[in-house]
Amino acid sequence: MARVEERIDAGFVASTAAEDLARPRVRGDLARMPWVSLAIITVMVLGAMLAPLIAPHSPTEQSLPDKLRPPAWEAGGSTRHLLGTDVLGRDVLSRLIYGARVSLIVAAVALLAGGGIGLMVGIVSGYLGGRVDSFLMRVVDATLTFPTILIALLLAVSLGQGLQTIAIAITVLIWARFARVVRGEVLGVKARDFVALARVHGCSHLRIMAVHIVPNVLNTFMVLLTLHIGFVIIVEASLSFLGAGIPPPTPSWGQMVADGRSHIASAWWLSVVPGAAIMLVVLAFNLFGDWLRDWLDPRLRQV
Amino acid sequence: MAVAAPVVLDVRGLRAYRYTRWGVVRAVDGVSFALGEGETLGLVGESGCGKTMTGLALVRLLPEPAGRIVEGQVLLEGEDLVTKSESEMRRVRGRRISMILQDPQTSLNPVFTIGDQIVEALRLHHSDGERTLATRAEEALRRVKVAAPEQRMRAYPHQMSGGMKQRVVGAIAVAGEPKVLIADEPTTALDVTIQLQYLALLKELQARTRLAMLFITHDFGIVARMCDRVAVMYAGRIVETGPTRTLFRSPRHPYTEALMASVPSMDGSVARLPSIEGQPPPLHDLPAGCRFAPRCAYVDDRCRREYPPIMPVGPAHEAACWRVEPSPSR
Amino acid sequence: MLEGRAITEPLIRAENLTKHFPVTRGLLVGRTTGHVKAVDGVSFTIGRQETLGLVGESGCGKTTTSRLLLRLEEPTAGRVLLDGQDVHALRGLELSRYHTRVQAVFQDPWSSLNPRLRIRDTVAEALVVNRRVTRAGKLERVEEVLHQVGLPLSAAARYPHEFSGGQRQRIALASALAASPELIVLDEPVSALDVSIRAQIMNLLKDLQARQQLSFLLVAHNLATVRYIAHRTAVMYLGRIVEQADTESLYRTPLHPYTKALFAAALPADPDAPRDDMILSGEVPSPIDPPSGCHFHPRCPFAMEQCSRVAPELKAVAPGHVVSCHLY
Repeated sequence: MARVEERIDAGFVASTAAEDLARPRVRGDLARMPWVSLAIITVMVLGAMLAPLIAPHSPTEQSLPDKLRPPAWEAGGSTRHLLGTDVLGRDVLSRLIYGARVSLIVAAVALLAGGGIGLMVGIVSGYLGGRVDSFLMRVVDATLTFPTILIALLLAVSLGQGLQTIAIAITVLIWARFARVVRGEVLGVKARDFVALARVHGCSHLRIMAVHIVPNVLNTFMVLLTLHIGFVIIVEASLSFLGAGIPPPTPSWGQMVADGRSHIASAWWLSVVPGAAIMLVVLAFNLFGDWLRDWLDPRLRQV
Repeated sequence: MAVAAPVVLDVRGLRAYRYTRWGVVRAVDGVSFALGEGETLGLVGESGCGKTMTGLALVRLLPEPAGRIVEGQVLLEGEDLVTKSESEMRRVRGRRISMILQDPQTSLNPVFTIGDQIVEALRLHHSDGERTLATRAEEALRRVKVAAPEQRMRAYPHQMSGGMKQRVVGAIAVAGEPKVLIADEPTTALDVTIQLQYLALLKELQARTRLAMLFITHDFGIVARMCDRVAVMYAGRIVETGPTRTLFRSPRHPYTEALMASVPSMDGSVARLPSIEGQPPPLHDLPAGCRFAPRCAYVDDRCRREYPPIMPVGPAHEAACWRVEPSPSR
Repeated sequence: MLEGRAITEPLIRAENLTKHFPVTRGLLVGRTTGHVKAVDGVSFTIGRQETLGLVGESGCGKTTTSRLLLRLEEPTAGRVLLDGQDVHALRGLELSRYHTRVQAVFQDPWSSLNPRLRIRDTVAEALVVNRRVTRAGKLERVEEVLHQVGLPLSAAARYPHEFSGGQRQRIALASALAASPELIVLDEPVSALDVSIRAQIMNLLKDLQARQQLSFLLVAHNLATVRYIAHRTAVMYLGRIVEQADTESLYRTPLHPYTKALFAAALPADPDAPRDDMILSGEVPSPIDPPSGCHFHPRCPFAMEQCSRVAPELKAVAPGHVVSCHLY
């Protein structure tokens, strides 16, 4: 008994200094990444950014003798127009590439604006609680009951068509979803001891929100952003399809689908090609978002 | 190892591993013990030593496929539970071997009344009509000293205190009149005065039915009060077993000795509390040789090279340590 | 056995501290239908370099009392005085100063550290928020306190998930020490730790108190832990202090029936210890509707007729030993 005691007291500081501070390495994670989704997303983003360099033709250049050519692998198609041409002889492939730009820009603006507003409202509402929380959440509830497309159409009609309008419409629609989820996360973080300890340290509410709350809800926020990209792209496409989106001649995937409607039987590629693009890209973003959530989640729980 | 009463549970060389992304976690790595009728065996150790996994392995409730029994036998009245199919196990659980868990909050289903839950447990083991089952359930509540059982039958878990919930959990566990009860830290979440009531209750239940109990805990006070024999676990293996009094008076394994020394006592007789330096080894990366060697005050070369077998060190008393003098057991 | 007695004016004085939480019903309007009398007229003092132990079971109000001291709750009545100043009336610079004098360590090491901040940022927070320090000054102080709690300097740049439970509690302690406080409120500092690690932390606390002018309010339910560290101990039941004395006197001669029951329930690690089984009947009543008179009378084996009518006063029965019970 005495021996144990002596040795312990003598070696007290030395023993703790030698304690193992290594953390377990996470092996095999790289193998499970969603490579296909990432590939699709990369192709889309690069294509959109490098549009002027890689598009074979101008998206607005008309060429009536070339109108309604089928894609290259069909009879009557040519390699000059890999995916065929539309009713005005414009190259479908080029319009597809430029259309990606539109989708991405709208998505980026709407998500940043809507996501940003939603994040702030969620944090303030969740942290402050009480009447502020009740009021803000009622506003969120009200916003969520709006029928999406209807509101967007109304805005388009009153503000006029254009990139700005769509961006505003989508922002108005999605901020509330972010606010609600973020608020839930904030309630969870607020209950943890380090927040109470921050108050004991003398931190102001603002400091607590910025230093302790926000960084701990960011993971959820990022996943939410990723999962909404698909949603935003579809809303934009729907609006353009309905004629309330980006005005012609700027190509937009939704508009291309709409334009091809009357030629479905004869020139199927006019609607199917942009439709397939929408589907693939949205799927890719959703799968990536799912993977991101799973990847981040166990790490969150670990701490 | 000699056990006084007829043996109801005989565990031999049990190994249960968990397969994780960081490697194989050898949570239970060669555990053997025997439990006699009417006897209480304490399974003591700190967090991560494998005692909870041992309990789960005995009733085949390991989280499959990540966790499973890889070797060993669990003989319940001579029948090996390890080789049974899941449907066979369902007939065994609750009826012949039962378990109580630590957290009363999560042990009961919040959307069913207490009465419903006890009746459900009874229905699995008795083929009586509903009215008889309800009466039996009320009686079960009375047996666990729940006041006003008729009203409690219609109550929901959230309307009861932690202590009362644990009693209900106990009632459900013994509803099938099992031979063996595994209690995994059943009083950790309870207040001390409630804990005393509950332990007295368990003793009473045991006396009435000659129930054999495996009491998993980290609290030596509970062990001293409740257990006839104790097994100390460290890093997946049992390092010492013996009658309670013997273990407290003369612990032979250095870990047992150091652990007991580090617990403050109510009579405040120590000026300075000795503590054990370092930490237990990670279960997916175990050292060769004795697992306590890095932290042991008596360690020598052989300890680091070879794992010591469990050896008799006194009457009905064994320890796995190279540095103790083996002596013949009686 | 325990050194460091209080020699001067008490550092902290709690006077008739009361905290009632309203219980509301109703969807839109919310009427108050009752009060949870979590803390109901609690008074005590803590001297310099002294540890006061506050023991009791769940619902007794010890955690709420500690939160009142830390200004995490506002008292419904009563005051907390730090060197004579009402703690809840402080503003501005004086409030900042208060935060450097009173700090805390909580029970759960897995929830006490912000997982997104490096250790050095968590540890230095009280310092950075309340005083003007240079980056160099901050790092220097962080190294100092890490050393005091027995952690290597390399810990400063790491993140909480890299540490075990015991190490995290040390970090939490370092974080409390950084601003050189005079009082640290310890709310169950070792109950979430493994048995063998508890001893390490308890020894550390005793050493720190001896080396620095530190006082502790130790809130705990484990009586042996409290005996090892506290100079004086108060026992709480349903929001009130039922007995208070020098730790030695209290443990040698507990007077209040609840204290005796509590001690009897603290199972000694000795199979041959005499069994003084004072098993209390019934459950702990709810603090919303506590029993009349002496709160303990429904469960008290010595209850008399007047116990249900009249609440007993806290009376001094021996020097430094007060009890509130009609038996005395």
